[in-house]
Amino acid sequence: MILWRDLNQAMILSMLRASDGDRSSRALIVIGALIVLLVVMSIFSLTAGAVGISTSDVFQTLALELVGGEADQTSSLVVLGIRAPRTVLGILVGASLAVGGAVMQSLFRNPLADPGLVGVSSGAALAAVTVIVLGIPAPLIALGATEFDALPFAAFAGALITTFSLYIIATRSGRTSTATMLLAGIAIAALSGAATGVLVFVADDQQLRDLTFWSLGSLAGATWPRVSAILPFIVPGFITAGLMAHGLNGLLLGEAQAFQTGINVQRVKFLAIVMVALAVGASVAVSGVIGFVGIVVPHILRLMIGPDNRYLLPACALTGANLLLAADIVSRTIVAPAELPIGIVTAILGGPFFLYLLLRQKGLVDV
Amino acid sequence: MFELNDVTVAFGRSVIVEQTSRRFENNRFTAIVGPNGAGKSTLLKLLTGELKPTCGCVLFNDLDIAGQPAHLLAGYRAVLSQSNHLSFPFSVYEVTGLGLQGAAVDRKSRSRLIRQALEGVELSGYEGRLYQQLSGGEQQRVQLARVLCQLEASAAPDDKKFLFLDEPISSLDVRHQIKTLQIAKQYSRQGLGVVAVLHDLNLAARFADEVIVMRFGKCVADAAPKQAFTEDTLEYVFEVGFEVSADSEDRVRVSLRDIIETPDAPLRLI
Repeated sequence: MILWRDLNQAMILSMLRASDGDRSSRALIVIGALIVLLVVMSIFSLTAGAVGISTSDVFQTLALELVGGEADQTSSLVVLGIRAPRTVLGILVGASLAVGGAVMQSLFRNPLADPGLVGVSSGAALAAVTVIVLGIPAPLIALGATEFDALPFAAFAGALITTFSLYIIATRSGRTSTATMLLAGIAIAALSGAATGVLVFVADDQQLRDLTFWSLGSLAGATWPRVSAILPFIVPGFITAGLMAHGLNGLLLGEAQAFQTGINVQRVKFLAIVMVALAVGASVAVSGVIGFVGIVVPHILRLMIGPDNRYLLPACALTGANLLLAADIVSRTIVAPAELPIGIVTAILGGPFFLYLLLRQKGLVDV
Repeated sequence: MFELNDVTVAFGRSVIVEQTSRRFENNRFTAIVGPNGAGKSTLLKLLTGELKPTCGCVLFNDLDIAGQPAHLLAGYRAVLSQSNHLSFPFSVYEVTGLGLQGAAVDRKSRSRLIRQALEGVELSGYEGRLYQQLSGGEQQRVQLARVLCQLEASAAPDDKKFLFLDEPISSLDVRHQIKTLQIAKQYSRQGLGVVAVLHDLNLAARFADEVIVMRFGKCVADAAPKQAFTEDTLEYVFEVGFEVSADSEDRVRVSLRDIIETPDAPLRLI
């Protein structure tokens, strides 16, 4: 505990004393460390769970599968069929949520902005709850669709539709007003919250259980098909975010200043919104609503390496992935063989830490 | 060369800038003065391309700037805006470096440009400080350094570049007001066109080659300070009594006439 406090103090002091003000080399070190941590965390995620499989068995299974050999049936099924997709999904979702948060905060120039705020999560939640409570439309049942299939797609569609309607509301003669978008987002979030409330009110007991589980988030439904279903949305999202890093930095100065330093502001804003809708919408679709990651991860990293998006975005992706893997490991081991919803774990792990940071750095974090 | 070509800006029924035409040449320091709401900042925003005119057009080297991409314009002109709030914990070094975003500079010259710019605004040693923890005046100087970085990194020749400053000295102490205007003046001597919105008439008269005096969206006077700053013009524009004199080097000096305070009457100073 004492060691941790010293470490933290050293971190903050070194930030203030970084006499040359150039934090880019520190950012690279942090990113390197996060990559190492992610590798360790992934291996841990493959070994942890109800069925005990040692690290060497995991490596053996992976190696045998790669060369096409015959691995032990049980460990092969558990590691490759269940834990591996879950681990990959955890990495993708965690990275998307954190990067989505960082991009939103740059877009709105507000460290409190969150994908949930502009309707991504609320739209997704409304669509998902509609499917759970009212069932899926008859034509889809005729095609052999089940609720299990329909839920992610409904959530994804919900996220995209709300985000794009907001974009249209806030865009007048080719200019998107971020302020209008933020305010309209709050209004739409309230509306879809109310609609969700009505649906919850008419839901029966089993539906309520499903709703709870979904609204608190879970990676339990992870399968390879799901991983490959969201990859086409998330990967372009990341690439877009990477290309936008300069533009987002400019936006932090203000829209006028960004334009004056040579940034095509309208294009950056449009791309940022599309990126968030794609990546976060896809994540919410497969894992439910996992709060907290999008707002806290970027915040902590800004304190460590500064707000320069060229370093912040990759660091966010790595930290988000690490955080979600850690939370998922806890969620499926702490009450094994049952599972705690991951949203609860992220909140329990991150909440106090975040508060601690805020208390330590009063006045340093100005909104 | 920037040129306003019969521009009008109106928001709804209120006309902010009315049918104004003017050329802004390189190698000149132009100051824009006038009371609040006269349209000074709007005029500057038209020139920088931040605002599009309701009627008329703005030309840069005879091309309409409305059709030119942001990165192209940014290679020729840099702008210091009036308000510069930042919500994120950038260090002074990082804020200044944001002026170099579009430029192709390697790490070493990047660091050199940033440090030079900070030295120029007398903020050497502040690199590691957090922008949000600086005073308003220091923040304004950091932003100036960022703008100067953008100018310095641009490959365009000096006699094609422009520097636009919107109330660049509003939060500064006297020493740094002068320092900032000296920097602007020096750039104009190097060939840049400098356009600044100023409130201090004496500093405008001291540093600017020409002044535009605005009132209600129109240019009331547009000449060298000595011709533009007459008692009649200033009284008409500011509704305050002025005394204009010349100093030993024949520069204009403006001072307020006695202000008579009458508690019950509305402020009337002429």
